[in-house]
Amino acid sequence: MAPSSPRPAWSRPSAARRAAAWVGRDGWRHLVMLVVLVFALFPILFVVSAALNPLGTLSSSSLVPRSVGADNLVELLTRTRFGAWYANSLLIALANSAATVFLSAMAAYVFSRFRFAGRRLGLYGLLMVQMFPQFLAIVAIYLMFSVVGEHWPQVGFNTRTGLLLVYLGGALSVNTWLMKGFFDTVPRELDESAQVDGASHAQVFFRILLPLVTPVLAVVGLLVFISTVNEFLIASVFLRDPGAKTVAVGLYGMVADQRDANFGMFSAGTLLLAIPVLAVFWYLQRYIVSGLTTGAVKG
Amino acid sequence: MFPLYAAGQWLGVGVVAAATALIFYVYLSRRAIPAKYLLPGTLLLVAFQIVPVVYTLSTSVTNYSDGHRGAKEQAVDQIEASSVVRTEDAAEYTLTVAARGPAATGELVFLLTAPDGTAYAGDAEGLTRLEGAEVGPTGRITEAPGYTVIPAGEANARSAEITKFAVPTGTGTGIRSSGFSSAYEGRSTRVYDAACDCVTDTETGRVYTADDERGAFVAGNGDRLAQGWQVNVGVANFTRFLTDPVTGTSFFGILAWNIAFAAVSTAGVFAVGLGVALTLHTPRRLAGRTAYRLLVVLPYAMPAFAMFLLWRSMFNTDFGLVNRLLGTDVDWFGEPWAARAAVLAINVWIGFPYMFLVATGALQSIPRELVQAARIDGAGAWQAFRSITLPLLMVAMAPILVATFAYNFNNFNAVWLTTAGGPFPPDNPMAGATDLLITYTYRLAFGVGGAQYGYAAALSVFIFLIVTLISLVSLRRSAALEEVHR
Repeated sequence: MAPSSPRPAWSRPSAARRAAAWVGRDGWRHLVMLVVLVFALFPILFVVSAALNPLGTLSSSSLVPRSVGADNLVELLTRTRFGAWYANSLLIALANSAATVFLSAMAAYVFSRFRFAGRRLGLYGLLMVQMFPQFLAIVAIYLMFSVVGEHWPQVGFNTRTGLLLVYLGGALSVNTWLMKGFFDTVPRELDESAQVDGASHAQVFFRILLPLVTPVLAVVGLLVFISTVNEFLIASVFLRDPGAKTVAVGLYGMVADQRDANFGMFSAGTLLLAIPVLAVFWYLQRYIVSGLTTGAVKG
Repeated sequence: MFPLYAAGQWLGVGVVAAATALIFYVYLSRRAIPAKYLLPGTLLLVAFQIVPVVYTLSTSVTNYSDGHRGAKEQAVDQIEASSVVRTEDAAEYTLTVAARGPAATGELVFLLTAPDGTAYAGDAEGLTRLEGAEVGPTGRITEAPGYTVIPAGEANARSAEITKFAVPTGTGTGIRSSGFSSAYEGRSTRVYDAACDCVTDTETGRVYTADDERGAFVAGNGDRLAQGWQVNVGVANFTRFLTDPVTGTSFFGILAWNIAFAAVSTAGVFAVGLGVALTLHTPRRLAGRTAYRLLVVLPYAMPAFAMFLLWRSMFNTDFGLVNRLLGTDVDWFGEPWAARAAVLAINVWIGFPYMFLVATGALQSIPRELVQAARIDGAGAWQAFRSITLPLLMVAMAPILVATFAYNFNNFNAVWLTTAGGPFPPDNPMAGATDLLITYTYRLAFGVGGAQYGYAAALSVFIFLIVTLISLVSLRRSAALEEVHR
């Protein structure tokens, strides 16, 4: 931390001068970060503390727990069907992000590499559809699946497949734009030379381009994973059986009535849900910064 | 396809056949290469986004709302059923109030046990036999597949609706509830006559004539029966906020706050995110830089919906952490401006780590030589930042800022999960101080004060136009779309 610049030996700066020099050089960075970290982390500290607080109510929770116990976790796992919710959330989120990455990458490939009638319309259309407030569509989706469920119960209400299908309706979206931007940064000469060597369009896509755009695939996968885990509006209409809920729907039910009794269980559930997200985040972190920015910078 | 064929759903058969033919054509032909890559995503997009949106658009020109849901015949059935009075020999049923969908908002259904023990489900259409229901010791149905039993607490909240609810059982008869646990079948006092297309009240002798423009039965003095039917009302839903002063005032008030909310949120996350990124951006070695980066991003990795709910609890007046830490006693979600400040603070907390990630990436892509050259030429640190770094940064960040603005304009969760739109002025329970257009629309469409679906659909068209306009204008000015025109 000490300033590393050489200093004439005859001047012996006072402690105050040294502190001022430290602040002026890099110290202010640490001071700013201290303030930012307090703002960023105190709610998270509060969740952790509330999850450990054995009384499990909001009014008895504080920033630093007075006593520590796993009571909330035990209660969460035994009194509710949290295990089933958790499995549902992870399964739906993983399936949705995998399928979305694949469908979106295919679309980004043709939008980046081919020129065809309806290309501009398609690109603008994807943005436009996203801007329509989707939740009103719940009524139409409800009517649609009431009919579908009568004939194919395996994709009707209360099924993960049905909910996944609805989510996949949004597979082509802003994410496709992000991916297309990244595809554009890969020089066309690469696929042209492969085509000269006899590669088909599918070989160019799978063997040449996909490995080169891994960062953006990782980022879109992560973004979709996070937003699927967080989605609760459609899920709450779609999944009604206690065992078929996702974590978002289940946790919302715990605190929906504003009463503070279930607060400890809710906090414990929140932390458990953060674990897979953090794991995916940690695993993909080296891709994130380049994936987020390159597509946007090149447009 | 076979279940559809068996059920005689010819429209469904046609759709499935057309989709199958399209798939075969695209993948078997050697041409149409782009279509091979676009088809799966596009089919899903059409089925689960475009069709629902078109359906919403089509209802925006109707009076679809509570009391105007179905066809005229259903309205007549409902009028006759809901006017029933208890007769001497009325059949008594054991009642369980249930819903299709969530208990608080789903369509009401009466689960009934007849005196002979048979279980029925009764909705606005009529009675159907109920299979697989679990019956308690008193003969009351406790659970039935496909229905949510409404617990007593929530039934109280919907009691007005339950009292009005009636199940038609035939011409001139219907089932109504008496309390939440029993129901009776009685005889109608209001009777429809097809010859005059009117409903006559046999007790008062009043005649209500059908008005096919408004979708209701209207008496000579202008009184309307509550049960109507769905009709086309043209642009009435769209002009309503211009012609109706109450809706007009709330619409423009909400619109102003909505724009302010999106703008301040975007500016806030940009300022904090960029500030943190600049703080950590130095060519020298900075002790703990990696640790700082990971800790700052931590809020982004927490489940956002849960963090909104957590913040709501932290702003709780009586037990909330914020009041306890600050030693204040502010009714955060009870005062309009306190609630607005709280919602904005929460939204900045949720959003700044993402902006920090993006700004870090953008800063790293700016060549350091440019700034160094400016400094050598005598520019101060601030001047170099203003004239070199910031303009280059904005080129990369502008599309993301536009996207953030558009996202926050419709940020349903940020408001619904925290203040739920409140606090509400005493004279208008439909439009709160922190309501965004989207939460206001949601309340109109699914709220407890009676669903006004047609009007909500019209509003969502407005939201769509506003957001699209803002986004297209600003994206067009940024470089992001240049390539599309190439």
